[in-house]
Amino acid sequence: MASSPLKRSSPTLPGNRPLLSVRNLKVFFHSDGVVSRAVDGVSYEVKEGETVCLVGESGCGKTVSALAILGLVPQPPGEIPGGKILFKGKNLLDLDEETLQEIRGKEISMIFQEPMTSLNPVFTIGDQIEEAIITHEALNKDEARRRAIELLIDVGIPSPEERSKDYPHNLSGGQRQRVMIAMALACKPDLVIADEPTTALDVTIQDQILHLFKELKEKRQMALLYITHNLGVVAEIADRIHVMYAGIFAEIGNVEQIFRDPCHPYTMGLLASLPSRSRKGDPLYSIPGAVPDPAYKPQGCPFHPRCPYVQESCKAEFPEMCDFGNGHFARCPITYKEKKGK
Amino acid sequence: MIGVNEKSSPTPPEGGVLEAPKKTLFQENWGLFKRNRLALAGLMIFLIFFIIALTGRILTYGRNPYFNPALVRLQEKLRPPLSMPNLETLKPEEVPRFGVYLFGTDDLGRDVFSRMLQGAWVSLTVGFVAVGIAVVIGVFLGGIAGYYGSSRVRTGHLLAFVLLGWGVIDLLTVVVTILRGQGGINIFLGRIAVDIFMVLIGAGIATLLIRMGYSKGRRPIPTGLSVLFLKLFSVDVLITGLIDIMLCFPSFFLILTVVALLERSIFNIMAVIGLTSWMGAARFIRAEFLSLREQDFVTAATALGVPNWRIIFRHMVPNAMAPVLVSATIGIATAILTEAGLSFLGFGVPPPDATWGNILSNGKNFLFDAPWLTFVPGFAVLIVVLAFNLFGEGLRDVLNPKLRER
Repeated sequence: MASSPLKRSSPTLPGNRPLLSVRNLKVFFHSDGVVSRAVDGVSYEVKEGETVCLVGESGCGKTVSALAILGLVPQPPGEIPGGKILFKGKNLLDLDEETLQEIRGKEISMIFQEPMTSLNPVFTIGDQIEEAIITHEALNKDEARRRAIELLIDVGIPSPEERSKDYPHNLSGGQRQRVMIAMALACKPDLVIADEPTTALDVTIQDQILHLFKELKEKRQMALLYITHNLGVVAEIADRIHVMYAGIFAEIGNVEQIFRDPCHPYTMGLLASLPSRSRKGDPLYSIPGAVPDPAYKPQGCPFHPRCPYVQESCKAEFPEMCDFGNGHFARCPITYKEKKGK
Repeated sequence: MIGVNEKSSPTPPEGGVLEAPKKTLFQENWGLFKRNRLALAGLMIFLIFFIIALTGRILTYGRNPYFNPALVRLQEKLRPPLSMPNLETLKPEEVPRFGVYLFGTDDLGRDVFSRMLQGAWVSLTVGFVAVGIAVVIGVFLGGIAGYYGSSRVRTGHLLAFVLLGWGVIDLLTVVVTILRGQGGINIFLGRIAVDIFMVLIGAGIATLLIRMGYSKGRRPIPTGLSVLFLKLFSVDVLITGLIDIMLCFPSFFLILTVVALLERSIFNIMAVIGLTSWMGAARFIRAEFLSLREQDFVTAATALGVPNWRIIFRHMVPNAMAPVLVSATIGIATAILTEAGLSFLGFGVPPPDATWGNILSNGKNFLFDAPWLTFVPGFAVLIVVLAFNLFGEGLRDVLNPKLRER
């Protein structure tokens, strides 16, 4: 999949209204008097019909920021001390639980990483898809069953009539993930959040699922917020990419900008550590060090202990977002000076 | 790539799709269960007992039943099992069915077989109803403790609970007293007014707390009422505390005390046994819920907008029922034993109706003259309790995957 990341140019869809707008979102976790700043002020927009990717290493706050949208951050120990999540103009953080329940699944739905454990083992998959439908729409059992089977056809499950009577343990991982996708699409949501939906699957199935996402997105005109650590996947589907590091965005741009002209040393490191045909035989590059503990982030730029271009100012000042033009931003004044100073 | 069947990648034999032979969960479990001979025997006896109790109920019920357990024939007292009735001294309608006393007669000449049939129904209903009550309470309290365990109980919650509970119970008592004609409505007017006042205030506090809860604490607490919002302890502490307190009482003596105070009726006994034996089920459900709550499918259901009560009762309870089912089966055995024990001590079902316990109790006076009077009900209790225990253990082995591999 990573073979041709640069062929696709991102289609910019001018005039599309922002569907979801996250402004300066912060999610902290408290444990034993220590505050972990899992998400530390991120802002992004998802426009109608757009695919936005959040990319980053494990523990950088990708999943938490997605859970926050649906109000699924457990509070306590979690806390959302600041920010806004505007969905169709409403701030989701201000809504009460009942209103949120109506939005979940109907307007925004979510697909999880582990298809093996995300389905309830004691019900047939048909029942579970029907439940997703009946929760939000006043349909009777037969109509819901028909819709469920249509959905199974849409997500490419063979002989859906029979499969709908199967229990999750009768299905393979890829099929279960297809069922999860069917459940998420059951009420035709405007936004689907996919939290590493292909991570637990092997590569061939990954590819099938990705194609499925692309096809369904086009067919149903929905926006997709795709969370992953896999840059190959990103290159395949993203309209806009947000590279996340230690709870903040390191770099924002489209596929072209991120892959051809990375401006943050972290993104450069990530790209350098992809296996590539041109460096065949060389040992694979890896960024030295590890992601900082969200409870004890370094002063200044959170990436500075691992950064090859580190300077004194990086250790003291928290870097600003720098505008590289055409919607390409990176949180690194050093590269900004270098590139734009010329 | 869409529509490619992931299952059919290897070439399927003769055009068919490769598929493992399908077995439902039930078939799988039944296959495992069958291997356990003792458990299978337990299940058989359980089914036979069920049928006997049901037919026994039908055959001994009514004014002129097929088997009359209450028919006194003083001239035929203490006949041994399988003895023939003396047809000369009996009226035609007093002759036992089949012309034989299958299990003998007791000190009043009543047919022990008929009485055993009648008692089987009592044992069955006591077992099932008492355990049913226990499981319902256990699942409810255990579920709340497991799912909402970390929520805090505030002073207002306690106050609302006390006011509402007291008000409603007192109102009901007053209504019952009036309906029974033990006093006119005029005497109670003051009390009714106080009760309604308490219920209204309680409901008001409850509504206030619920509305504040939904707004995630963003709404400011109204001044002067902050005393209602003091956090006391967690829901989990409250319920596990209640469980521990209930476990402190030696339950048989608790039941004895309560039964001694209440009217002697079969329903009171069922209710009391149920109300004093829910702790096991509650603990199991709580423990299961604590782990189920973190499962992905629960988060996934929440993300689909499924309401909390539906997640608890449709998604989590069926996943948590396995240990409860096992303990319920064994609980039925315990309940049958408890009822027999109560009846033996004379606190059980009042005399004209027979239960295994009071047949046994009656028989102990004639232990040497008529040993069948104690032997027959004693043996019946032994067999049924044993069967339930064996069945329960077999069920546990099947439902607990760790014990499967033996």
